[in-house]
Amino acid sequence: MIGDFLGALLDVATSEAAYINAFTFAVFLAFGASGEWVAERSGTLNISVEAMFLASAFAAVIGFDRSGGNQVVALFCGIAASLVVALVQAQMSHRLVANQFVVGLTLNILVLGLASFLASELEFSSKKSKSTSIPLLSDIPLVGRALFDRAWLFYLIYAVVPICWWLVYRTRWGLELRAAGENPQSADVSGIDVNRRRRQGIYVLGVTAGIGGAYLVLGAVGQFEDSIVGGRGFIALIAVIFGGWTLRGTIAGCILFGVVLSFRLSLPALGYELNGDLLASLPFVVTIVAMSVFATRVRAPSALAQPFIRGLK
Amino acid sequence: MTPGFEETEVDAISLTPGTHEHRDPSPSEGRNTSRSRWFDLGVYGETVGLYSACIVAALVLSAILVEATGGSASEVFGALLDGSVRGPGRIGVSIGVAIPLLLVALGTIVSTQAGLVNIGQEGQVFLGAAFAAYVGVELSGPGPLVLIVLMVAGAVGGGLWAAIAAVLRYRRNVPEVLTTLLLVTIGTQLVGYGLKNQWLLLAPSEGRSNRQQISQQLDPDTRIPRVTWFGNEFPTSVFLALGIVGLLGFVLTSTVWGFRLRMLGFNPRTARRAGVAAPRYGGGALIVSGAFAGLAGGLMLAGGDFGNYTLVPGFPSSIGWTGLLVALVARQRVSAAVLVAVVFACLRTGSGFLASTGVERRVTDVVQGLLVLALLIPPALLFVRQRRRELAASGDRT
Repeated sequence: MIGDFLGALLDVATSEAAYINAFTFAVFLAFGASGEWVAERSGTLNISVEAMFLASAFAAVIGFDRSGGNQVVALFCGIAASLVVALVQAQMSHRLVANQFVVGLTLNILVLGLASFLASELEFSSKKSKSTSIPLLSDIPLVGRALFDRAWLFYLIYAVVPICWWLVYRTRWGLELRAAGENPQSADVSGIDVNRRRRQGIYVLGVTAGIGGAYLVLGAVGQFEDSIVGGRGFIALIAVIFGGWTLRGTIAGCILFGVVLSFRLSLPALGYELNGDLLASLPFVVTIVAMSVFATRVRAPSALAQPFIRGLK
Repeated sequence: MTPGFEETEVDAISLTPGTHEHRDPSPSEGRNTSRSRWFDLGVYGETVGLYSACIVAALVLSAILVEATGGSASEVFGALLDGSVRGPGRIGVSIGVAIPLLLVALGTIVSTQAGLVNIGQEGQVFLGAAFAAYVGVELSGPGPLVLIVLMVAGAVGGGLWAAIAAVLRYRRNVPEVLTTLLLVTIGTQLVGYGLKNQWLLLAPSEGRSNRQQISQQLDPDTRIPRVTWFGNEFPTSVFLALGIVGLLGFVLTSTVWGFRLRMLGFNPRTARRAGVAAPRYGGGALIVSGAFAGLAGGLMLAGGDFGNYTLVPGFPSSIGWTGLLVALVARQRVSAAVLVAVVFACLRTGSGFLASTGVERRVTDVVQGLLVLALLIPPALLFVRQRRRELAASGDRT
């Protein structure tokens, strides 16, 4: 039993296709998770990532179709749609101070309804974009093709993650953003517009999730269906929590969950039977266990998910 | 520690999500502080005006969406009315849908009162239905007795699922928002697993196609009796639900338990000073809210409006999510929850009649989402305005 399992694991670990699958998921998650990390550092526990992914994927497909197959246009359509969702979320939760979970949840339902409604009304076609191989790097055994022989949208992750890190840790804006997430009252008295920083954090998420949605539909799946995101926005969200609100941990979480998600594809392809239900819930179980074990060691931004209302007594 | 710092810290605590909810400004306060001519209409006028404007905006947006995609908004509206109220027997169907929505919403109100954010009702409903299905099929005995045990089992199932979140919240300090959300997916997969194995929930192989995942149908005498009034057939569990509405309204407003719950929600620090044990009351509220959702699942299974007395994958069909929205729109008022539950149930049953208009039924999800967003705006806006007025008033004094 254990031997079989280890054997299967070894087979997966030495199969190039498994790495390709795993990194397809991991990078998609990382697009959302790196932006979500920025938003969470500013104090928003943003659960509308799901809606942003879906809005972006749908808009990207429409843009791709209407522009005659121009992927850059598709990408910008995706980002724009995702930013609209981010705008509603940000304005409602950090200008009007409506409960951010309620807004996020409603947006998830609304966008799912809107996307599936429009998808049934409009006609469009799309195709998976061709991969661009980077010479030399793509020849690395096992992971070479998984990391360096991809659709061009994939390579944006190599820019998105460092930019998010730089923004948060190396700019004044990032310092203010983190202050808004840690102690909004103090940030406020030192002249930082707390809610504005939080809104901007959500806009950053809007951009990265927009790239993620466009990558999902054009770089990974190739066609749009309304179940294309299927709850993976939540996995991007929990990757941040799993990573203990550090960018490094978040990316590690994305890779781990990417591997777990890819088992569903990789294991049957290698001839192994598996229980899909239990495997599908593995990322969630792992996160709950990780949160319970590390809860005392990991520190969330102190003001996470707490609205800021100036001078409220 | 300076006094000022102490003050801000209390603020931060009293602002836990869900509890910071902006209470409606009371009319007298509003009048005292309002200085602008605009507000002389009184706060009631302002409130009603804002709400109507937002609802109208949501409906107009939906209509534009339908028209833009080649449908006819008036036809859609007519079909929604036919499907929910006007058509023969449709009121009964709407009542059948409103029952679980209402119960989920009531549970959500309990946990929100205690300042906890439970957003895992969808999973709790499913677990409740699964427990109920298991008991209903496996237990043999007189029908009514089995039915009662089945409903209790549903409540226990939902309660247990929420109890995981409660234990993690108070033992390990893991935010209940996250655990309840994550438990939705785990619960869905768990019941899915049960529906693939005959020793758990899957029906014996005769009477179902080979790969179909379905539980055995409940016996006719273990189903909730249905009554027909004026041509509308609905399950009698509606009386149970209304009874619970009355009971809960009383418990929350007029008992010590309800008082302590609200104290915990308003300000956990005060509550602790006053001797309210947060794990006991908060954890209890979370479990009760899960139990309500689980009971809703049990009633859905035995009531007959969902899944024909069987459990299938995707059984909760967003009742949990919608019920949560009902509670949020009703803003923690039990009586308002009844009204909102009926409206949302009508939207849902009405969507079944949309096929004749050629408009995809998912449009009702859009209408519902826009309505909820629209209903979130007025209280938030009123709150912000009142804050500004208060700040301006205090500024004048100093």
